[in-house]
Amino acid sequence: MDIFLALIMGIFVGAAAGYLGTLMLSRRMALVAGPLGHLTLPGIALAFLSGIDISLGAFLIVILGIFIIWLLEMRTKLPTEALTAIVFAVGVATALLFIPEDKTIPALIGDISRVSPMATAVTVILSLLVIFVTKKIYKKITLAEISPDIASSRGIDVKKYNFIYLLCIAIIVSLGVKIVGGLMTAALVAIPACTSRNLSKNIFQYSLGGLVMGGLSCAMGILAFSFIGVPAGLLIIFSSALLFLISLIFKKI
Amino acid sequence: MKNLNVNFGKEDIIKDLSFEVKRGEVLVILGPNGAGKTTLLRALLGLIPYEGEIVWESKNISYLPPQELIQRKYLPPMTVEEFFGFKDVGKEDILKIFEEVGLDASLLKRPFNALSTGQFQRMMIAWALVDNPDILLFDEATYGIDAGGEETIYSLLHKFWEKRNITILLVTHDLDIVYEHANSVLCLNKEKMCYGEPTKILTPQNLEKIYGTGIKFYKHAHK
Repeated sequence: MDIFLALIMGIFVGAAAGYLGTLMLSRRMALVAGPLGHLTLPGIALAFLSGIDISLGAFLIVILGIFIIWLLEMRTKLPTEALTAIVFAVGVATALLFIPEDKTIPALIGDISRVSPMATAVTVILSLLVIFVTKKIYKKITLAEISPDIASSRGIDVKKYNFIYLLCIAIIVSLGVKIVGGLMTAALVAIPACTSRNLSKNIFQYSLGGLVMGGLSCAMGILAFSFIGVPAGLLIIFSSALLFLISLIFKKI
Repeated sequence: MKNLNVNFGKEDIIKDLSFEVKRGEVLVILGPNGAGKTTLLRALLGLIPYEGEIVWESKNISYLPPQELIQRKYLPPMTVEEFFGFKDVGKEDILKIFEEVGLDASLLKRPFNALSTGQFQRMMIAWALVDNPDILLFDEATYGIDAGGEETIYSLLHKFWEKRNITILLVTHDLDIVYEHANSVLCLNKEKMCYGEPTKILTPQNLEKIYGTGIKFYKHAHK
């Protein structure tokens, strides 16, 4: 039963992360997911201390982190990546100060072995929501990437869509920590998109491919976990990397 | 448009500019580099903050920025056809406009970033025109297009202009275009230097005033 729930949760989060990841890869945003993923660590610590859900704790702290980065951006002229690095380093240090020692490894690499039906249901709904919203904003975000001026001149509120987009990333990163931990969430969005990119000729194939590869690598990782008992978070990353290596053979030029 | 002012911080980019373009007119905006031509178009579109009054009769406006401001890399592996899918247009409309701008239909299946500079510019023009805008704002519409192609693009715009009674605001450096296609011309160098009918306005004295010395332009005999 536990494995069944874990499998459902993993497939949905993986698919949503993979799909959103295709948009992030093209915007060279995949690396943002890394620091944001690490930012979930103090959120996980908060969850352990207060007893709230890990993803909820992670989400609250990620949102707080994004807000701090935004404030610093207003006050300085430093690039976002540099500010993100500062904020996430402080976040990690704070987290390791508070996370109980025996929970450190699960916080870093995830622990999907004991998930409740309720948490699974909520995760599935949120993942579907992210997929739905990503589909809605996909073309607009891509057009804004090609030219923000053209997008704005066509009445697209670029700032609003970027905000929604960032919110989707925060949700996925927070859901991802349950599956692969705070250390490796970036891989959940980046690797499936890379794999799909190798195999696709157009946006349709590419975005669908990200979704399929994301779900597939989580399914493979969790199934492997049920047989050999190595933490699922690690096996998901290995599965995802394996799919990527296979995609190199079929790479479209 | 009345008393337009645009400034970035303390630096005035456009000072107290007023002009009017009537429906179905072609206005060419001339001026040296840094004169505020692109800034003017962006202010007209409401993309940047400005002071003053801008009134459009139609909201159906198509804008084509200079090609160097259009990102072609780090995008999803998108085909040209998918790019046209960003607008709500049918395949027939796309094929028709492709023929009109002189692009082969086979390019539709090509990756967005695999077109040559000239093909890309034609494709962008086709994209701007495909959903029948009332007003076109073109910034350096023929950037990167070879000499023959340039003529094609302008005669194409001319054709659209005649057929659909569209209003065109065009930023260019090409003085030939002004004489052949423009109803009025606005010379800009942060403020209005001259404005009116091309034949009356573009005197050697005025040109020297806009561009400084060193420009010699002789009006070609019309065909």
